Amino acid sequence: MQRYILGKKNQITLISAILIIVGFYSHFVLNNMTLTNWSLIIASLLGIAPIAIQAYQALKVKVVSIDVLVTIAVVGAVLIKNYEESAIVTFLFLFGAYLEQRTLNKTRSAIRELTDLAPETAMKQMENGEFEEVDIYDVDEGDTLLVRTGASIPVDGIVMTGDGHIDEASITGESVPVSKGPGSKVFAGTILENGTIQIEAELVGEDTTFGRIIELVEDAQDSKSEAERFIDRFSKYYTPAVLGLGIIIFLFSQNVELAITALVLGCPGALVIGVPVSNVSGIGNGARNGVLLKGSEVISDFSRADTVIFDKTGTLTIGNPEVADKQFYGENIEAALGFLASVERESDHPLAKAIVNEIGETTISIVEETEVIKGEGIVANVAGHRIAVGNVALMKRENAVLSNQAREDVKRFEKNGNSLVLTAVDGELKILMGIRDQVRPGVKEELQNMKKLGVKNLVVLSGDNQGTVDLVASELGLTEAHGNMLPEEKSAYIEEVQEKGQIVAFVGDGVNDSPSLALADIGIAMGSGTDVAIETSDVVLMKSNFSHLTHALGLTKSISSNMKQNIVIAIGVVVILLAGLLFSDWMNMSIGMLAHELSIFVVILNGMRLLRYRL
Amino acid sequence: MQKALINLETLSCPSCLQKIENALKGLDGIEKESIEVLFNSSRVRTNFDPESITIETIENAIENLGYPVIRSRVKAA
Repeated sequence: MQRYILGKKNQITLISAILIIVGFYSHFVLNNMTLTNWSLIIASLLGIAPIAIQAYQALKVKVVSIDVLVTIAVVGAVLIKNYEESAIVTFLFLFGAYLEQRTLNKTRSAIRELTDLAPETAMKQMENGEFEEVDIYDVDEGDTLLVRTGASIPVDGIVMTGDGHIDEASITGESVPVSKGPGSKVFAGTILENGTIQIEAELVGEDTTFGRIIELVEDAQDSKSEAERFIDRFSKYYTPAVLGLGIIIFLFSQNVELAITALVLGCPGALVIGVPVSNVSGIGNGARNGVLLKGSEVISDFSRADTVIFDKTGTLTIGNPEVADKQFYGENIEAALGFLASVERESDHPLAKAIVNEIGETTISIVEETEVIKGEGIVANVAGHRIAVGNVALMKRENAVLSNQAREDVKRFEKNGNSLVLTAVDGELKILMGIRDQVRPGVKEELQNMKKLGVKNLVVLSGDNQGTVDLVASELGLTEAHGNMLPEEKSAYIEEVQEKGQIVAFVGDGVNDSPSLALADIGIAMGSGTDVAIETSDVVLMKSNFSHLTHALGLTKSISSNMKQNIVIAIGVVVILLAGLLFSDWMNMSIGMLAHELSIFVVILNGMRLLRYRL
Repeated sequence: MQKALINLETLSCPSCLQKIENALKGLDGIEKESIEVLFNSSRVRTNFDPESITIETIENAIENLGYPVIRSRVKAA
């Protein structure tokens, strides 16, 4: 019975609306007070039924909920024969709840769009070898699944047969389809653009990369900041306090009307809902734009950040260095280039790749006795010659003398922002190469936008030489640039500025800079949704796109101020209503309920603005 | 101990959270500290002892409060 009534809430709301209209019509047009009273009484009793049931259940588990206040108020109104008030208050309360639910669904829509990417069913190979459509929860690790063109991949797994192109934007943010064949790894939530594949499930459900991203977003939207926890504690005692206030008013004034009006006016409507609504809309907006914000605390910290530190020039530059300047000394350059290429093709250093690309076709010789000298370069034996490839310090160690001309070239190359690679054959300098990385397009504008959003210090910390770092810094308008930095020096730098009271956001790739990511007030991993990035950072940017970083910063600022607006609206309404009760004679229950429901509506709509936020 | 993940129909009032939490706390076999009622995702997470309570009893307790359960999953905790 109770469940039946609760399930019919919408119908009840509609019927009581009709009854109220009938009541007013018979009052003002027909002047039939009997019909008026009866239709309003029925509307009140019908309307209060689901509210009273909720109130009873709340009291049973020792919670004084808003339903309790409304039930007492409506019963009181019926007892003092104020049927008009009782009918309107119940109707407004029910209708308000209905609208709330509808609009709340909207605020959550962005996150639902994300979760909907994961399919509900999968084509699973049964024991008889046939594929059958089964619920995704019936898929286990090791099952063989069939995926056809246009379908989402249901699990993380390995392609067994077939091939096709997969859009992995939901995981990597990269919308160019990736070609996959037998042996390739595929991820849940990505879409097979063409082809048909059979995959073996390795991870299912929440264990998949996509499942973890969703879980992260879902946890984030329900995470609570200090302010929210305060509001929670507050509202736990607030509602009983209002009930107490009503009782006190009744005892002192013996005025039922006044007491029950106080109950309705004191309802904690918009206060408890205002902050979660801003939170869910804001985080939803982020999720839709490739920005994962890990909860309210992160939002509040990031919105106040005044220092943004980039972990290396590679974050600001494309990270694909090229040889920009070169200079040769003495004879036998062809042979020296061959030796250099032979040494560098065995290295996976990014500069080595640039050099190999630059030299192109050449004679490759066997490289022996390779020795890596940390922070300086490589020394090896190639075709009977001692080859040293590295920086100026390595040349000094190898006793390769730099001529005046060479010294000047070094200076000039450094000033142009090059990383230097010198090559000596048998202790004689032969080649000087300057390697440079291009600044990412659009970074300069985005950094300006961040300054406009209130970031005071933009800092780059890099292992590159100071010349390179300075050049990037001046080109981009950074406020500080520090080169030649080891990872532990970066951490030390962060601690140092934190001690000065700055709120630090650290932007890294999430791979080898976890200490700094963890240490900073806000750790931001740029790049794809890799496991490490998801684990260690506070904000994950799915794509290495700077506009996402500014979007994230602007978004957190908007969410923070949106929350504050909602709190002000909520408290403001209660204060105005109570003041109205004390200092005016036009205040009554219906107006109070209407104001509450409107304020709830206003905070939800205000929160929804965040869904459309753009920088 | 097992872990239950219960999806509910959209929760619209934050006081629901307190009701559901208190109702679950009143059941035997539920690990009280593990109860998490998530407002925005409309979900309940809790650990329970399968020997003294079933998932159906837990679902029933929530539905009796007027919050329909859409789906629930049980995993080893």
